[in-house]
Amino acid sequence: MTTFTPLQSLTGGLLIGFSTWLMIRWLGKVAGISGIVGQLWSARRGDRGWRFAFAAGLLLSPLLYRLFAPLPAVQLAATTSWLIIAGMLVGFGSRLGSGCTSGHGVCGLSRLSRRSLVATLAFMATAMLVVWLVRHGLVAG
Amino acid sequence: MANLIALLAGVIFGLGLIVGGMTNPAKVLAFLDITGDWDPSLAFVMMGAIAIGFFAFRAAARQSSSLLGLPVQLPATTLIDRKLVAGAVIFGAGWGLAGFCPGPAVASVLTGGSAVGIFVASMLAGMGLHTLAVRRGWI
Repeated sequence: MTTFTPLQSLTGGLLIGFSTWLMIRWLGKVAGISGIVGQLWSARRGDRGWRFAFAAGLLLSPLLYRLFAPLPAVQLAATTSWLIIAGMLVGFGSRLGSGCTSGHGVCGLSRLSRRSLVATLAFMATAMLVVWLVRHGLVAG
Repeated sequence: MANLIALLAGVIFGLGLIVGGMTNPAKVLAFLDITGDWDPSLAFVMMGAIAIGFFAFRAAARQSSSLLGLPVQLPATTLIDRKLVAGAVIFGAGWGLAGFCPGPAVASVLTGGSAVGIFVASMLAGMGLHTLAVRRGWI
């Protein structure tokens, strides 16, 4: 069980929005994490620098946060085998579907893309169904 | 200059994920658990991000080049096909199992412990498998 944090979450969302503004307005790039990370090596040479820079920023962000406040807990409930399966699904699926929560969910919806709306509804619904199955559906009582 | 802004954008994106609660899989799963003890916080992350993103992309769509003079690269395809839906469903299944999507996983991998490392390594393997499958013409 977690606490409802509307203000912190809205603040976090505004920061993410500001980051997508920096990326699209200054660099002309969509801040989609699966696309940026998934093409770190496969992108052509001249198209790699900004990807590595963005990924480095993302990697360093908790170290910076930690200088000012204790980091929130990372509570992972899944077992190692499930984590491996989940990671593979997230990696493969986000590339096959050309985006994840950031590329489709934030950037795609922001530019009112129907394609991203379909993708977002599909991954939201599937994730909710899987959580329901794991927490309420498969375990009796 | 472009790489410096990309670095800054990465840092701000990561801070947003941490502040917003996205880096805690328990919180993500509590958001997805609509029939249980539902925590709607993450809807506020989406709202905050889109509130700015909407104007950012509207401004960007009107320009052919960015403020640094780089081409504005918006996705050209509008196709809603099986790949899009299958990919989203596969991604959603993994997201629902672990409570991690790519951004928060990368933003916790240096500080979140070995379990996050295992998830990120598997995620990169899944991405690599997709690249391989495309190159070999399997999909």
